[in-house]
Amino acid sequence: MIGRVLPPLPRTARPTLGAGRHLVERNALFFRGHVLVILGGFFEALFYLLSIGIGVSDLVGDVEGPGGKTLEYTEFVAPAMLAASAMNGAVMESFNIMAKLHLSKAYEAVLATPITIRDIAVGEITWSLMRGGAYSAAFLAVMASLGLVSSWWAVLALPAALLVGFTFAALGLAAVSVIRGWQDFEWVMTAVLPMFLFSGTFAPLSTYPDPVAWLARAMPLYHGVSLLRGLTTGAVSGVLLVHLLYLVLLGVAAFWVATRRLEANLLT
Amino acid sequence: MSATRDEASTQEGSTALGAAPALVSARGLVKAFGEGDKRRVAVDGIDVEVLEGEAFGFLGPNGAGKSSTMRMIGCTSPATGGTLRVLGLDPATDGPAIRAGLGVVPQEDSLDGELTVRDNLVIYGRYFGLPWKACRSRADELLEFVQLSDRSDSRVDTLSGGMKRRLTIARALVNNPRMVLLDEPTTGLDPQARHVVWERLFQLKRSGVTLILTTHYMDEAEQLCDRLVVMDAGRIAAGGSPRELIAAHCTREVVEARPADGETARPAEVLASLAERIEVLPDRILLYTDSGDDTAAAVTHHHELDLASVLVRRASLEDVFLRLTGRTLVD
Repeated sequence: MIGRVLPPLPRTARPTLGAGRHLVERNALFFRGHVLVILGGFFEALFYLLSIGIGVSDLVGDVEGPGGKTLEYTEFVAPAMLAASAMNGAVMESFNIMAKLHLSKAYEAVLATPITIRDIAVGEITWSLMRGGAYSAAFLAVMASLGLVSSWWAVLALPAALLVGFTFAALGLAAVSVIRGWQDFEWVMTAVLPMFLFSGTFAPLSTYPDPVAWLARAMPLYHGVSLLRGLTTGAVSGVLLVHLLYLVLLGVAAFWVATRRLEANLLT
Repeated sequence: MSATRDEASTQEGSTALGAAPALVSARGLVKAFGEGDKRRVAVDGIDVEVLEGEAFGFLGPNGAGKSSTMRMIGCTSPATGGTLRVLGLDPATDGPAIRAGLGVVPQEDSLDGELTVRDNLVIYGRYFGLPWKACRSRADELLEFVQLSDRSDSRVDTLSGGMKRRLTIARALVNNPRMVLLDEPTTGLDPQARHVVWERLFQLKRSGVTLILTTHYMDEAEQLCDRLVVMDAGRIAAGGSPRELIAAHCTREVVEARPADGETARPAEVLASLAERIEVLPDRILLYTDSGDDTAAAVTHHHELDLASVLVRRASLEDVFLRLTGRTLVD
């Protein structure tokens, strides 16, 4: 009788490579019913661009861009908004991960399957990048249609925005793996807001007092903003490789910390 | 699992008798948490062997080390010491391969509250690398098996405790596991929901799936387990079939005498000579005897004792536990 109720499966159940993709599928299953939430993230970035960029632009006039190039303020600020939205998307995604880790204990059930901590980290970051990448692509298209892109180098701004997303997704995951609970999340937000304001986002670093400028140079968002601004304005030089390297190294290091810490926390 | 792994597990895991292969084999297994002064030993060197096709139980009070043992077997908690083989493989190196052949029903609800009932099963099948189509048909079969077909599109939050437990059991079966681990499968359920769960587990057992369960209910252990070990403070106090354990550590019957004034010390002195052994609990006295009716008659003969009730019952695993540890199971 049980044989009828539970016909045996072919033994296809085995550990697979790249099992992290199943975490992506899980998130897709959930967001299938929440399309508006997905669209919201795109409009957030767009509203920033329209209000700060276009609104303030008329008051400010031109600014000095990378390589001494004179830029309209909107051209200057748009790539920074792109970088900031890649950062925000990744940070918001780490809230979701935090909830799954501490509130719903969802990962405990996942870890009872062949999926490993590393698969979870890869899967959640991949999802974050897919979502963020879609926003970035749409944002770039809007920038191009508004004439805010002045170089074919801008094609590389999409992978560069994905890199910014990766670095912050990995940092977010590392933060989630280190902090003890929701109260500590305040610290994450306390770090994110000044970084958003003072990473050469709204004004060139040369206008900052020296100590602030040096602090900004140490922050990952500054390197994201500089990388994207260089690409969309066509001010490409060897310095961009430094920004690129910084983001890659920080992201890889954060990913390494995150997986180690999550293993220590979850596999007790 | 691949064919070669199956062969390896059969050879490696075979018992000396050459009977059913051992799916779990633990020697001197230890689990400790913390370091230095804060070190707490949850599992203190246990030897366990679980054979294919049997239902094996860990019986013991809260904090006995049952859940820690289950997590080590489920490869989600590394052992601190000793050796452990599950499905013939080493959890330290082959965790994913072992977990591919296991079903796990954890003690706490760990369902995905953001997904529907059916999607919980579908995505869990994906975690095992099953094709989408197989996941969907498997989900529908399993929902029928645990009588949740009519709730398939509901959100998990709207289910009752018993339904959630049934869904968790269904989820544990999605990969057609060789062995299912159930940690306190009916704790927190009302009697009716417990019986539904027991009945499903019984069907699973009959279909040849190996079951390992922890419980602090002796009736659950007696109903479901072919063999069990009694755990206390991280150690195994005794092991065997429920009947063997009762025979080895208990008499056939028990007389329970309950003094009207709740004062047990003095009546216990009077009654001590009437049975092979007595246990004095805060509210009653247990007399272990092979002839319950005779002993009960002798007890009631003591008119000077003001007893509210005297009853005869069969000995249970509760009595075994009391004998072995001096404590009751559920406090």
